[in-house]
Order: sequence, then C-alpha cells, then structure tokens
Amino acid sequence: MSALPRRAALVLAIALAGGALPGAAGEIPLNERRSAYEDMSRDNKAMQDDDTSNPGMLAVLDGEALWSAKAGASGKSCADCHGDAKASMKGVAARYPAFNDSAGRPVDLEQRINLSREQDQKSAPFAYESKDMLALSAYVATQSRGEPIAPSDDPRLAPFIDKGRALFNLRQGQLNLSCAQCHDDNWGKHLAGNTVPQAHPTGYPIYRLEWQSLGSLQRRLRNCIIGMRAETYAYGAPEYVDMELYLMWRARGMKMETPAVRP
Amino acid sequence: MAARTLINVPQKAKRGDVIQIKTLISHIMETGFRRDNVGALVPRDIITSFTCTYNGETIFDAELHQAIAANPFITFHTVATESGTIAFRWTGDHGFLQEASAKITVE
Amino acid sequence: MHSTRRAFLATAGGAAAALVVRPAHATPESMASAIRQIVGEASMKPGKIKLDLPPLVENGNTVAMGVTVDSPMTAKDYVKAVHVVTEKNPQPNVISVKLGPRAGKADIQTRIRLADTQTVVAICEMSDGSFWSDKIDVIITLGACLEDPV
Repeated sequence: MSALPRRAALVLAIALAGGALPGAAGEIPLNERRSAYEDMSRDNKAMQDDDTSNPGMLAVLDGEALWSAKAGASGKSCADCHGDAKASMKGVAARYPAFNDSAGRPVDLEQRINLSREQDQKSAPFAYESKDMLALSAYVATQSRGEPIAPSDDPRLAPFIDKGRALFNLRQGQLNLSCAQCHDDNWGKHLAGNTVPQAHPTGYPIYRLEWQSLGSLQRRLRNCIIGMRAETYAYGAPEYVDMELYLMWRARGMKMETPAVRP
Repeated sequence: MAARTLINVPQKAKRGDVIQIKTLISHIMETGFRRDNVGALVPRDIITSFTCTYNGETIFDAELHQAIAANPFITFHTVATESGTIAFRWTGDHGFLQEASAKITVE
Repeated sequence: MHSTRRAFLATAGGAAAALVVRPAHATPESMASAIRQIVGEASMKPGKIKLDLPPLVENGNTVAMGVTVDSPMTAKDYVKAVHVVTEKNPQPNVISVKLGPRAGKADIQTRIRLADTQTVVAICEMSDGSFWSDKIDVIITLGACLEDPV
C-alpha cells in the first residue's frame, strides 16, 4: 500500500535530521501531562466514552465471563477467591506493575494473572496477546477506570524504575532514536499527520484502530520499537516490564481509562 | 464459538416513541485484500448480512461489505409499537451465524 | 531475431514494473458503475439525504459514519433504501440498508474503512421511486509508527 513509500521517506527525513531533533526538554512537568485522549477526534472520543459503542467493551464482557469460569486442576474461578471484581480489583491495575515475591522482581498485570492461573488455579497460563488474556486483563483493568495511576512506593521497585527510565532514554535502532526524543521532547508536534502523544499508558489494554482489535501495552511498545527500526524483545521480556513500570510511574496521578480507544 | 454481542435497546418505551437501537458485535471483518507476512492473500471473512425483527416483523435489513470496519457497530431507529422481543441476526462468510435478542416493554 | 529480442526486453521491463504490488483499487468508473446498479436509469438528485463523515480522519481503519434522510417515514412517504459507495476502496460498496415506515426515522450510524483520501457517496431511494444523494470528500492521514503485519 502507499504507506510503505511514505514510511521510507519518513525514515530518511529523520535520518537526515541526524538526530538533531529540537528541544531536549527532559521529563514532562507533572502539571503539563495530558492523555492522548485529548488529541483524538470528536468521533473517536465518543467511541471511547460510550460503553454501548466502545469495541473494547466486547473484550470486557468476555473477561467478565472468564472471571466466573472454573479453570484448571483446582476447579476454581477467579471469583471463587476474589469475589466480585468490582470490589476486589478496584485500584489493582492502577498500581501495576508491582513487585512479586515469587518472581523476585516486578511483574505486569498479564504476568500476575498468569501467576495466579499457574500457582492458584493450577491451570495453563494464557498466551500473550491471546483473546482470553486480553479479555481478562481488560476486565480487571477496567475496574480501575477513573482511579489515579498509583505505583507503589515499595523501595524494591526503585532500581527497576531506573532501568525503565534508562530504556526510555536509550537511543537505539537504525534511527538512533530514543522514546524520550519524541515523547518527552517533541510531544504535541506532528509526525506524518499524527500528533505525537506524551505516551502515558492510561487505558491499557487499548482498542487501537490501527490494529482493529484490543492489544496490550507490550504490543504497543513492540509496535513503537519496530517503528523506530530497533530490535524488539520477546513477549514477557523484563525490559518491557521495566518500561511499563517506568511509564506508569511517569503517569502517576493520571486517571485510568481502560478500555481506551486510540488511533 | 459464539461471537460476543453488545445490544442496547431501551427496556421501556411509550407507544409511538421512536427509539434508537445500538448494536456491536465482535468480528474480524477480514477484507480478503490483505496479505500476510509471506505475501499470501488472507481469505475474506466478513459479516454479509444483519437483520432485525420486532415480534417477528423485519424492521432493519442491511447488506454489509468489506468496507464495514471490524467489530461492526450499527445503530438505527424503530417505532415502539408493542411489548415483545427485538431479535438480531448476523450472517456471513464460512457459515457465520450469530443471534441475539432483547425484550422491550411498551406502555 | 532482432525484433523478438527487443519484444522480450520490452516484456521483461513491463513485468518488472508490474512487480510493484498494489491492491486493486476501485476507480471513479467502478463507483459510477456501482451507482448505476443501485439507481438504474433513474436520475439521482443531490438533497434529502445527509452523509456525516469527519473531513479529516486519524485512522482510515475505523471511521464513524452517519446517514440521515429528511423523510416523515409514513406509510405514504418513506425511505425504501440507503446505500453508501466509495471511490477508492478496493471495491466500491460499503452498506445497503432496507428501511420502511416502521423505522420512524431514517437515521443510521456505523463505522467504515476508508483506504485513502477519497469521495464517499450516500444514496437513498424513496417510496415514490426517486433517488437522492449526498457526497463528502474525506482526507485520510496515515500513521507514523506502524507495526509490521502479524
């Protein structure tokens, strides 16, 4: 399609700019942070705002069914231990990734769900980006909708936040580009007809119009890394979780929107 | 495997009111024009027809093509004539069939 | 021999050019033919039907579209059908809807795909056999950081 030649031209333009992108501004001041929701068209905002028309709600409904489904050798459903998700899961997604003792490091929401499946339900883990994983993580995360993002101040998280920050600022790939150069230094400007967002993970898993389906933050990060012409990590790699943790810390206080709609 | 649907029909209405019905269904709507990562055409898989009946009488009948976006969202109106069942039926490629319904009370 | 070789080179050059893969595009001609299939020999006038599409689209994969028709929707005067066609999608038809007086209002919304910047046309057929149309030119912006397929 005509996207390919245009993309190549974009790559060339950035390469020619030689990394001399304007304004190394550093971290965005807390009171200047904004969700990419603000940059969407009226119609796309309406798609997100209306639960009867938000395609992400289809996954939330599937997740609600999964919540009550008995699974694994335990014969238990999520509901059997956690009861009503509206109560027990409120605020949970807003503080993930969180430190997990059995893993000895932070895990994201999807990994935490799989730990429960394996350890508590004695069931097989869901594959990353599988319909069931997206549905259940959407259902859990939407219970935090409207809640402020609130990563724990557990001191064990600090070195991982630092690793995530280092990855965010790492210049990588064929364009020698870092996340920060676009999302800290040049947010609000335009790239090939799109507004560069600040990149806050307020609504994951999101219904992305580009994918025409729901997808996780890891998928979005892989998407970015491919777009930057850099090497992606495997799904579940600690680098992603470190980045997710840093991004959530960077977005602390902003409201959760799951399931968000994004172009 | 059933496709998830999300239907919005007012539970109650006054006789003669024009009500809006909103429908959303989970479906990939694969156009048949895309190619996979080795260049092969991904076969078409779309919903081709969506109909709605009100106590058995057809009130909406749509023919859908590849240009309808994934997870089709369709809204339309109908006159609230009597209490009963509003039923929805989607059919498409590869024998796809999904039905759903909602009750309405008309005073 | 000489002319055969020249013919061979010409064909080879032509074949190489054809390797630039492009999906089949609808053309203004195929949209016109799709409209003729809907309208037949009748004339089509602008008016009564209103197509609602954003003039500038962030992502052509999912574009909110509304179609309304100014009609009382009574047994004597109603909209029989609504059709939407596009100019540059791989095939021109988008949706065709049969309506009747039971609709109360001719007001439909859905979400469509638009492959490129193009014109979209909405057509309605009234109970008296007349056809009316509306059209909008839509600009599609392409994303910057795209993931590879699959």
